[in-house]
Amino acid sequence: MKIHEFQAKSLLARYGVPVSEGHLATSVEQAVQAFRDLRVSVAVVKAQIHAGGRGKAGGVKLVRSEDECRAAAQAILGSRLVTHQTGPAGQLVRRLWIEKGSEIAKEYYLGIALDREQKKPVVMMSSEGGVDIEEVAARHPEKIVKVAFSPSKGLSPTDVQKLVRGVKMAPGLEPQAARMLPALAKLYCELDCSIAEINPLIVTKQNQLLALDAKIVFDGNALFRHPDLVALRDLDEEDPKEIEASKYDLSYIALDGDIGCMVNGAGLAMATMDVIQLYGGSPANFLDVGGGATAEKVTAAFRILLGDAQVKGVLVNIFGGIMKCDVIATGVIAAARGVDLKVPLVVRLEGTNVELGRKMLAESGLPIVSGTDLDDAAQKICAAVAAARQ
Amino acid sequence: MSIFVDDRTRLICQGMTGDFGSFHTQRSLEYGTQMVGGVNPRKAGTTHLGLPVFKSCHEAREQAGANASVVFVPPAFAADAILEAIDAGIELVVAITEGIPVLDMVKVTERLAQPGTKTRLVGPNCPGVITPAARCRIGIMPGYIHKAGRVGVVSRSGTLTYEAVWQLTSRGIGQSTCVGIGGDPVNGTNFVDVLAAFQADPETDAIVMIGEIGGNAEERAAEYIAQHVKKPMVGFIAGQTAPPGRRMGHAGAIISGGQGTAADKIAALERAGVRMCKSPARLGEEMERALQAAGLLERARAAVPV
Repeated sequence: MKIHEFQAKSLLARYGVPVSEGHLATSVEQAVQAFRDLRVSVAVVKAQIHAGGRGKAGGVKLVRSEDECRAAAQAILGSRLVTHQTGPAGQLVRRLWIEKGSEIAKEYYLGIALDREQKKPVVMMSSEGGVDIEEVAARHPEKIVKVAFSPSKGLSPTDVQKLVRGVKMAPGLEPQAARMLPALAKLYCELDCSIAEINPLIVTKQNQLLALDAKIVFDGNALFRHPDLVALRDLDEEDPKEIEASKYDLSYIALDGDIGCMVNGAGLAMATMDVIQLYGGSPANFLDVGGGATAEKVTAAFRILLGDAQVKGVLVNIFGGIMKCDVIATGVIAAARGVDLKVPLVVRLEGTNVELGRKMLAESGLPIVSGTDLDDAAQKICAAVAAARQ
Repeated sequence: MSIFVDDRTRLICQGMTGDFGSFHTQRSLEYGTQMVGGVNPRKAGTTHLGLPVFKSCHEAREQAGANASVVFVPPAFAADAILEAIDAGIELVVAITEGIPVLDMVKVTERLAQPGTKTRLVGPNCPGVITPAARCRIGIMPGYIHKAGRVGVVSRSGTLTYEAVWQLTSRGIGQSTCVGIGGDPVNGTNFVDVLAAFQADPETDAIVMIGEIGGNAEERAAEYIAQHVKKPMVGFIAGQTAPPGRRMGHAGAIISGGQGTAADKIAALERAGVRMCKSPARLGEEMERALQAAGLLERARAAVPV
């Protein structure tokens, strides 16, 4: 689960990581008032959306007066920011964070993520602050210092030394780093984060370490033990179809294509998308109805798929394992009857009682085409959608 | 022979009295698995589905000779259940539970790494392990799609594995053991562990490997295959069309920082000599070709005593 920069900074502050003073604004007037309240000569107006790359997209502006603040707020608030992480439609800016400007002497990258190979969290630091860590990793991997640690032990003084000396931080800053780095590690573990990133971590001209930007992502599987963090979820930042799907415990991700797909199991769902592309089509979504594929879930999934105007055809691919194919066919038929089906529907069933399942689909009176295997089904839906396009 | 489980496997179920645990305990009993009980401290001393309920894994091991456990315990308590099984010295723990917090699994793997630990953990978030010749089904896979034979199957996915197994069985090609290593970012047994076991197993002639986007387990497997695996291999990687930065259902299926793409994994496995399929619908016929080319097809189709 993602949260906004201002929320991340408030958590950092709670763990003793220094951040700039700032205020949240949802209107231009509030932004101007925030500037006044800060009583500074320079402030920064920052768009709050769940995506990186805001600066390059014009979502971060330095302001030196109330008028400049007003102009910046007017320009950013209500606009759609398009960054490398938002997709071409961009993300609507509903909130601004107005914070004190800082005089930057030096920038670093500091982040914690899971190292899947070592099976431990790893602290990463780099002297290339402010830059996408992925870019640094690609171009100058030697500039990233990594130290893995055990959550039960936390980050040791030796670990901190290895990191700050690895990025050649001035020795005078070590006492500050010795407080900040273990604090971030503690936050990462206590709040069940999957990413906790400060980028850039700056050294001010006054020789203070400060978190200038922050990104925290929580492990969705651990939210049951953090009800306070669940309250930070901002549904405005999420795809409405994905929210609807999560109500039915369906795993759904919207994509750019026009062939909707419904599959049981995540691996098979990904593979189904791949096969659609292999035959020249383009998947509109990833949708896993779960290994069991119950009739209720299949019905909810149909509604979500057909509610997407860009969907020009649907491919259902169910491997009937524990649940028999005739039971699944019953669910598919009931669901298709319950919705107003206007696009081609290809169904591929496999498993126990597959012949009976196919017979039921054929005799349902609904315009359902059966696929004999995944390749055949994908070819059929791709052809049907291509024909409809012309 | 087979890997990880055989006819000496004596299985208990942690979470047997729940709906999901009950359902799959029954399916395993029907398949012929030697189930010796379940664990639930609150129902200790009672019986469920005709099996004794023990208060702990330790008691199940002492009193019923349990040497394997399947975990259906809900996510919030699953890591503790796995730790209990490890502490009791259960040799094989298969964790089916989906949605265990990652840092809980970090704690479990630290425990597994302690010297003297005898447990092998498979999963979590996996379909389980099945050895058809031993009639031993540990997990949630549909038993009937399997056939005893000589092809090993290892996968990060559930239904995609069933797809591959079904294609093999439909072509008369049986399986030695099928192992689902699970879709989570931190798991117990990885591809390399399973490939090493299949390579060493005299009754496995060839291997199907199914990977997906995220992490670099497939790349590590490719390095291992190039060095050590001499048996014919067929593979598939799911997620070629998955967008970066999005988790595709499985907690571990995410491309991040340009790492973990399907293209990299496919290239690495191809270089290691694995016959990679573009479509998962072709896994069965590709394995048939691989066995034919190696002169192993007739043997792969021969009946294996059950």
